[in-house]
Amino acid sequence: MTRSGRLAGVGAVVRRRLLVAVPVLAATSVGMFALGAASPVDPAKQYAGAAAFTASEENLAQLRANWGVDDPLPVQYLRWISNLAQGDLGWSTSRHEPVASVLAARAGWTLLLIGVALALVLVASLLLGALAAYRRGGLFDRALRAAAYAVQSMPVFWLGLAAIAVFALALGWLPAGGLTDVTATSTSWSDVAHHLILPVGVLAVSQAPWFVLFVRDAVAESMRDDHVLAARARGLPGRTVLFGHALRTALLPFLTLVGTHLPELVGGAVLVETVFSLPGLGAVTVAAALGSDFPLLAAITLVTTAVVLAANLATDLAYAAADPRVRLDG
Amino acid sequence: MADLAARPPLLRVARSRLRLRPGRAGVVVAGLILLMAIAGSLLAPLVWPLDQSAVALGQTRLAPSWTHLAGTDDLGRDVAHRAVYGLRVSLLVGAVAAVVATVLGGVVGGIAGTLGGRVDRILMRIVDTIAAMPHLLLGIFIVAMLRPSLGAVIASVGLTHWLSTARIVRSELLSLRTRPFIDAAISGGAGRLRVLTRHLLPHVLPRLALATTLMIPHAVWHETALSFLGLGLPPHLASLGNMINDGQGSLLTGAWWASLAPGAVIVVVTLAIAVLAARWRDRLDPRVRAELHL
Repeated sequence: MTRSGRLAGVGAVVRRRLLVAVPVLAATSVGMFALGAASPVDPAKQYAGAAAFTASEENLAQLRANWGVDDPLPVQYLRWISNLAQGDLGWSTSRHEPVASVLAARAGWTLLLIGVALALVLVASLLLGALAAYRRGGLFDRALRAAAYAVQSMPVFWLGLAAIAVFALALGWLPAGGLTDVTATSTSWSDVAHHLILPVGVLAVSQAPWFVLFVRDAVAESMRDDHVLAARARGLPGRTVLFGHALRTALLPFLTLVGTHLPELVGGAVLVETVFSLPGLGAVTVAAALGSDFPLLAAITLVTTAVVLAANLATDLAYAAADPRVRLDG
Repeated sequence: MADLAARPPLLRVARSRLRLRPGRAGVVVAGLILLMAIAGSLLAPLVWPLDQSAVALGQTRLAPSWTHLAGTDDLGRDVAHRAVYGLRVSLLVGAVAAVVATVLGGVVGGIAGTLGGRVDRILMRIVDTIAAMPHLLLGIFIVAMLRPSLGAVIASVGLTHWLSTARIVRSELLSLRTRPFIDAAISGGAGRLRVLTRHLLPHVLPRLALATTLMIPHAVWHETALSFLGLGLPPHLASLGNMINDGQGSLLTGAWWASLAPGAVIVVVTLAIAVLAARWRDRLDPRVRAELHL
């Protein structure tokens, strides 16, 4: 296919993806809104907090009128979704500030946590998975697989608490939580990095099994490919065959699947942030959930979904660009 | 061989199970653990009743000993005792939620797989899009709106975990549709309903049961994660997630057992379920042997 032909294909793929994603997300938002409307929580009383007990009924009624929560539900939905589409994410009732500014202040830390953990996982899983595949059924392979299945059954928050008990409390090597020292008066990068070692490590380890097992299976498969056998027959050293031929074949399909695993990483990050008291999206999500803060929760869920969908699309397009044999059928 | 094949399958399974080969040790251990977990959660109220609200402030944060196998927590409650009840709740919620997710996924996957064509394409695109939603966030949203309770947790797990089942059922049905025995049934005059109930369903059901079993650990993790965040089961109720959450304060003062012991129960029991499910999958599909032999 010619270059211009492939680029035209990209436009068609993006259009087809949007044609599915937009209606599905819209339907999901209707479902979420319906659930929010069916919620037994009175938003005015929720907003007033303890003052709700002393506030007059007129004041509460005024609050409801200001927010329009007494309007018919379709009217409320259309107002919410059109604001959302215009980039106005609404007002967080649990934090008493715009949802957009909550996200702007917090998302950076979550992205940092996820980004560094993902980079670590990718490097470690490619290395360990390939080594395990080289001697299939060998001691290293079996030990790695047993470890992967064991870690897979550990809830990430439990792993985090165990890491705190061992590395922060028993050994005293690393801080147990937070982003900076209690005595610190400003944020220094070295201090933050020191505080992030445990959370990043825990998130990476908890996510690693899926990646390691996938790489191991994929490389084991490609070790039997003709070109890999040919490389071995030519007498190339094992390291070259493994990393230069077998891993290279398995690499591209693996990288496209990373995008589909992002939702897991987001969930893991929420839990890890809670365990280590980090100021990311996790803490505000939990606080918003306890306060039934519909605008903030809905915005976080829909925005992260849009980000994941965009990342999936980007990896698929990159895959198609890197490998001319790949055709995107939507 | 002939007489072996003629034997009732249950007896054959029992026979081969009794012969303890090295690779089978893991399966036997996993089976025993799961048996103990189920028996413990069924019998606990009869043999070891628990007062959920009882506290003993005279014996807080005692280290594990013979009287308190897993120590006591910050309110002096026996951790091992509450963990048994926590496991009971977790397994119950996990099993019910897994069934809910299987029914949802089975219906969607069943429609996509039997109708095929355009319906299948649209349904699967929808499934792919929903799979991009971080399911913990969606689960948190659901419990937040319904207010934390047993029903909300089950709804939260069920509504976020049906996607994989839908994909399994759909692909199984699509591959079955092209098999000769379906053609034979149709040319023999069987209607759509008869083909579905008499020919397709018997093939799909074992896979559905396996998918449900594999779902239980995920449901347990989801439930304990919600409870750990304070968004799951009521806080006074002994549940594994609640206990890990409650134990965090004790952990920081050195009483690690209050948090880590209930978590260890989750790890051991979910691992046992995974080992058994992997062996079951091997039996269903010997060609794609899962390589989990612990």
